[in-house]
Parts: sequence; structure tokens; C-alpha cells
Amino acid sequence: MAAGGGVVSAIVAQAGGTPGLGCKPAPDDLGTFRDAVDFIFSQRESVSGGACIGGFEELGDLAVSHMSVSIVALLGALVIALPIGLALGHIGRGEFLAVSVSNVGRAVPALALLAFFVAFVGLGFVNIAIVLGLLAIPPILTNTYVGVRQADPDTVAAARGVGLTEGQIVRKIELPLALPIIFAGIRLSAVAVVATATIAPLGNVQSLGNPILEPQNYGGAGQLGAAIVVALITLATDAALGGVQRAVTPRPLRAPLWRPRIRRTPLAVPPRTEIS
Amino acid sequence: MTGADVLAAIEIRDRTGTGCVAENGFCPDWIADNIDKYWSPLLEHVFLSVTSVAIGFAIAFTLALLAHRFRWITGPTIAVTGALYTVPSVAAFLLLLPITGRGNGTAIVALVAYTLLILFRNITTGLRNVPEEAVSAARGMGLTDGQILRQIELPLAMPEILAGLRIAFTTTVGLATLAFFAGGGGLGEQLYSERAGTGGLNFKSNVVVAGGLTVLLASFGDLIFLTIQRLATPWRRAVAS
Amino acid sequence: MRPSLRALMALLAVLALALFVAACGDDEEEGSGSTGGAGSAETQPASGESKLIQADPANKGKTITVGSKNFAEQYILGEIYSQALEAAGFTVKKQLDLGSEQVAFKSLKDGRVDAYPEYTGTALTAFYRVKTDAVPRDKDEAFEQLKGKLAEDNITALPQTPFQNTFVITSTKKTGDEIGNPKTVTELAAKVGTSKSISGFPECRQRTDCLLGLRDVYGWKPKFVSSQGKFQDLDQGQSDFTFAFGTDGELALKDKYTTYEDDKQLFPPYYITFMVRKAGMDKLGQAGQDVVAKIQEPLTEEVMQELNSRVTIDKQEPEAVARDYLREAEFIK
Repeated sequence: MAAGGGVVSAIVAQAGGTPGLGCKPAPDDLGTFRDAVDFIFSQRESVSGGACIGGFEELGDLAVSHMSVSIVALLGALVIALPIGLALGHIGRGEFLAVSVSNVGRAVPALALLAFFVAFVGLGFVNIAIVLGLLAIPPILTNTYVGVRQADPDTVAAARGVGLTEGQIVRKIELPLALPIIFAGIRLSAVAVVATATIAPLGNVQSLGNPILEPQNYGGAGQLGAAIVVALITLATDAALGGVQRAVTPRPLRAPLWRPRIRRTPLAVPPRTEIS
Repeated sequence: MTGADVLAAIEIRDRTGTGCVAENGFCPDWIADNIDKYWSPLLEHVFLSVTSVAIGFAIAFTLALLAHRFRWITGPTIAVTGALYTVPSVAAFLLLLPITGRGNGTAIVALVAYTLLILFRNITTGLRNVPEEAVSAARGMGLTDGQILRQIELPLAMPEILAGLRIAFTTTVGLATLAFFAGGGGLGEQLYSERAGTGGLNFKSNVVVAGGLTVLLASFGDLIFLTIQRLATPWRRAVAS
Repeated sequence: MRPSLRALMALLAVLALALFVAACGDDEEEGSGSTGGAGSAETQPASGESKLIQADPANKGKTITVGSKNFAEQYILGEIYSQALEAAGFTVKKQLDLGSEQVAFKSLKDGRVDAYPEYTGTALTAFYRVKTDAVPRDKDEAFEQLKGKLAEDNITALPQTPFQNTFVITSTKKTGDEIGNPKTVTELAAKVGTSKSISGFPECRQRTDCLLGLRDVYGWKPKFVSSQGKFQDLDQGQSDFTFAFGTDGELALKDKYTTYEDDKQLFPPYYITFMVRKAGMDKLGQAGQDVVAKIQEPLTEEVMQELNSRVTIDKQEPEAVARDYLREAEFIK
């Protein structure tokens, strides 16, 4: 609808929408999926009337807010889980904490954690970021620990014998070998965080979860549209992190992007495959 | 019945808004008195979790075996299962409603979808990481492909497979609370709704008990899988120092 | 067996034993809910006319499915209707956790439920796209309008309840005292301006009968806090005001919370009407309709607040609360 404001208002009024609102009334003849796509691309009047919803403008703002809290949460989780996982994995202790406790942490229902947190600490960006960060810690912690543990003990002993410090051993030997598995954990966490940020509006943080939680305003089309956008953003995040992983892995350890069919001959030793 | 009669009959209780339960706090007395409201839902929760992981494993295992044989299947399968995993769980349960109706069936469909990615990835990785030398040696001894799979590859892939099952179970236990939104059972009703007489999300005691039982159930499953892992793969312990 | 493995199995056994004992050790019979202590005055039925619902043999064999939405008041109402109809001899199936009004209405139209209680204001705005400003503020006018629209969908709206459950601007008593205890929202808006915040469910931000309405009708633009804890937000200082609901149990605690009158009638009427689809009406018959009307009669705002309090504050089950209500009002034994 590229016409001027006056024409738009007239058309809108004619079609039963609220004049002066500046957006068209919701279409009621499209199928659910096409309705959702229409919601993503163009503005429309809300189901209960009186507000403009949908379109790139609103979804863009919501997406920015959504990703902001997700990124902060993920960074927070990294800052906490990586050092602990590296340390515990290096000295080979604390498997219970790094694996079992961490794994059981995945079972905490996100909604309950958020409600509990809000009850004790309060609403707002920082608090929601903390809740999401807590949910992101388990995969990173477990995978970091397991990744570091898999370094060949003889190589580590040799390095120690040559005179490398513990820190150097971690940085130069254990970490590069563990990168694929660590990134697998980071990617799992990132996906979980972005998907769970859907419930952020319950903690006074706008996100793409708003359309999903507000069917009275957004209708089924809005809910589906927002869910599609969240899924796409999550996939993009996973792909982006995959790119970072390739960039950061030392070249000799990189698994080929395209793996030719391995021919099973006795002498061929295939490269160590990526553990995902 | 006149207004006055009514109010005389319906007992309007004297409330001050104070007291542990009224203030939605953490109340051990209330928990002790009401703990039986959680047992049957806990059993339902176990059923939902175990069934979903079992079905998910069956599907993922089949797909993994196919992908092991026909490598090209891996890519699209990871893509599809990955896409399923990215749909926000809250939305998934709500969106499935109009299609599959209310009840445990819908909940299980959604939960199975979430386990597929984890299980498929772990099983295929486990199979791929079997040392090439072992397979070659077996082939040299004259074993068929099927025998190699059963006697060499699967046993060597066990640690990875069991790790995947462990993670899938705990994740499912957490997600199964959302079955309530799809009309299913489980601890979700006690946790989120006032209908069970447990006060919903605003009541701290309830959140602690319902959430705590979920975590306890997950711990239990985690320990079981860990025990199976230790029992089934004794050779690994010889390697770890 | 290595010691660590043995420790693991021991831990597993203990956990299993604990869960087993706990699950099987509580075979107490479920009590049907207490009727409380503090002096209930039982009035004698007036002049020999019993209020008891009689089981009508004509209703035997007819199955009615009653639904409701998914919050405390709806559970209570759903249970009240269900138990009353059951006492009248119908076979009643309950589907009390339908979800939001969109899902509930769809269930009604599809025939998954025969009837469920809905608010007049909600029905007009959510199902028939009546703009919130266009909903008649007179309760009977709104009801007639809704009745007409529902009739086109072959649904009957039974007469409204005495109580309505509309939005109420609320603050803690402390906040009210601090700002000089204004009585109406107009006075409140004049005193407070943009310096205060108000909390509400996420959808409130864009509803003309919620936050937008405050701006348009009262010229008040407080900061909006989106959350799902109304009174919790007040108690913890997350917001100064909140959009509470008129029959919330907490509002009976006059020493804790203060409400402000909606003098400009921003909020549409929200009276409950038991909406029944045609097939359900045939089964219900006139006798069934009379039962519904009878048990609705005592439901004033104060009574509804009491019933809600029993669920949200005392943490009782809605089923037990409904049964107590019907007993205390002497509709069932």
C-alpha cells in the first residue's frame, strides 16, 4: 500500500478498520500459513483493535531486543562455564559437577526458573539474562570438561616434561583439540537460549515471544509468524557459530566441509571426525 | 434468596493476608500436608518422559543406521531435526494444538521431536568414531557388514549413544512440564495451574516442590544411564587414568 | 566391583527406595475439602421452599460437556456449573483447561464442549471484532448485543451473573497513602503523571481496554511493566500500580491494597454468561436453564471474591471450593 495517508485512511475505514490508525485491518481470508507470512512482512491492525502490529518494523525491534538478552546471557554463560570446565577437565576432577549436576540442570523447567527468579530477584533485562544464562551453562560446562579430558595423557605428560606451564598446556594442547566439542556445546546452548528468550516478556523484557504470548492482540497468524521468525533466527545463530568454529579451529584439525565417501581399505586412516 | 441471606450463608472468611501460605512463601507445613497432590502427576511425568525418549530413540536409531549406510541422508536429517529443535518449546505445544488435538498424544509428539536432534547426532557420531582399524581387521577376518555393525561398531559406539540418551532424558523431563499446555498430564498442571490446589507459579513452595521433583526425576534417570554406561563399557575405564 | 561403581549403585538404590516409599506410603483417602471453621450462619430455607436442586429423571442419560478457560475464577465457575447440573441429574463431562478464549470459543463452536462461561466484554471484542471503545458500557445493552451475535452462530447466551470481573487499577495501601489517597483514576492521573509505573500482562501494552485506554481516556501515561504477577509486583515494589481484576481475592484485603474508581468508564462490562451451543440447549431444556439461573443468583462480587480467595490465597482446589459454595448456599447437600 504505497498510496498517501489520506487514501490509506479511507481504504482502512471502508474495510472496517480504525481510521487514522495507519495500518490495514487484519485479513480474514488467507490460510493460516499465508496469514503468518503476511504478518511478517506487512503491518496490520491488532485483533482487539487500536494498535498496529506486525511487519518488519515491529518484528525488527522485537528481534533486536530478543537477541540482545540472548547474547548477553550466552556471553555470561561462557564467562562462567568455560573457565570452570577447562580447569576441572585439566586437573581431571569434578566430573560429578561438570557432567552430572550440569546434565540434571537441563531438566529445570525454564518457566518455573523464571517465575522463581522473578519472585526472589525481580524483573528486568539483567535478571532475565541471568535466568537464560543459567539455562545455557550445562551444555557448555559438560562439553568443555569432556573435550579437555579427551586430550591424550601422554602428549600432556610430554609437554609437561618439555617445560610448558599448566596454562600453556591448556591453551596450546588441550583447548585446540577440544574446540569442536566445546563449540558443539556452545551451539546447543545458543539455540536453547534464543528459543527460550520467547518467555522474556513475562519478565518485562520485549522479545519475539510477545506475539506468541499475546494471541488476543496478534491472533494465530501472529503467533505462527513470530515462531517462524524465531526458528529462522535460531538456525542463523547456529550457522553463524558454526562459521566461528571453523575460523577458530586450527587448520590441520578442521574436518572437511564435504566428506568424500570413505573407502574402506586397510591402509587408509581417515582424519579424526568432528564430534557434534 | 436475598442478598443478606446469601452472605450470611456463604462464609466470608477473615483474612489478613499474612501468614506463610497467604504470602506465597516457602512453607514446609503446607508442603507436608499437600505432598500427595504431586505423586500421581509425578508418575504421569515419568510415563511421558520415558515414552518420548523411547520413541525418539527408536526413530533416531533407525535414521542413524540408514545414514551410516547411505551417507547422504545425514545432512538433510540433521537439518530437519535441527529445525524442529529450534522451534521455541512454548510455541510448539501451543501450535500443535489445533492439529493434533489436546492430550498426552500431542505432548509426546512435541517431546519426541525435541529428542531427535540430540539422539541422532550422538548415534551417528558414535558410529563414525569407531576406529577404522577395527572395522578393517574385522573385514579381514571375513565378517559381513551386518556382523561388523552388531559386534564391532555398535558396541564401540555405546558410550556416545548412552551419553546422548542421558542428555535426551534430562532435557525431556524438563520440557515435559509444558505438556500441560497441550492438555496432557505430568507435573505441569501442579506447577503452572491453580486447578490442582497447589497455588500455581506464584506460590514459592509449589515451584520448589514441583520443580524439585522434576530435577529429582532427572537425577534418577541420569544416575541410571551413568550406571549402565559404566557397566556396559568397562574397557573405557581402563583407558582413563 | 570397583568402589566408585558400588557407591553409584548404592546411591541409586537409596533414591529408588525413597521414591518408592514416598509414592506408595500415602494411601490416605482424599478428603473432599474442608468447610472451614469461623462461624457460618446457616439460615433456614424461607417458608418451606427448599433451594436444593432436585435430580430430574427427565435429565437422566443426557450428557453435557462443560468447559472453562484456564485461571482460578474460570475453574471455579466451571466446577459450579458442572456440579449443579450433575445434581440435577445430567451426566456431566468436564473440560476445564481449554486455554485462552480463542481456544475455548473454537472448542464451543466445534462441539468439543457444549457450554462454557465467558465474559461479555471479552466475547464481543475477541470473537466479533467489536472495538473496545464501541462496546456498550451499559451491561444490559452489551449483553443484548452479544446475545444477538451469538445467536447467528447458533449459540445461546444465558442470563448474566450478578458480578462482573473487570479491570481495576490497584496499588498497595502504602502507595495510596503516599499520594494522598485519590478516589478515582482521574484524580490519580492528575496527581501522578508519568512518574509511576503500572504492571500488567504482556498483551496489556497494546490493548485499548488496558494501557492504551489509560492514555486515550485518562491522558495518563505511566511506565509499563510487563509481567504475570499482579499483586506480587506490588508487594515487591516492581511497580507502583497494577491492572488487577475486580474479583481477585486479594482485593478483599483492604488493609493491604487500595483500588481506584474507573469514573470515565474506560473498561467495558465483563459479566459472565454461560454460553451454550444449540445441541447443548436441546439437552439442557428449560429445567436445566432454571438450575443455571438459580445457582448464579448468589454470585455477587463479594461472594466471588471469597471463592477466588479460597483458591488463590488459601490454595484450595477449585473443585472443593465449588462444592463448598453449593453446600453453603444449600443447593446441594
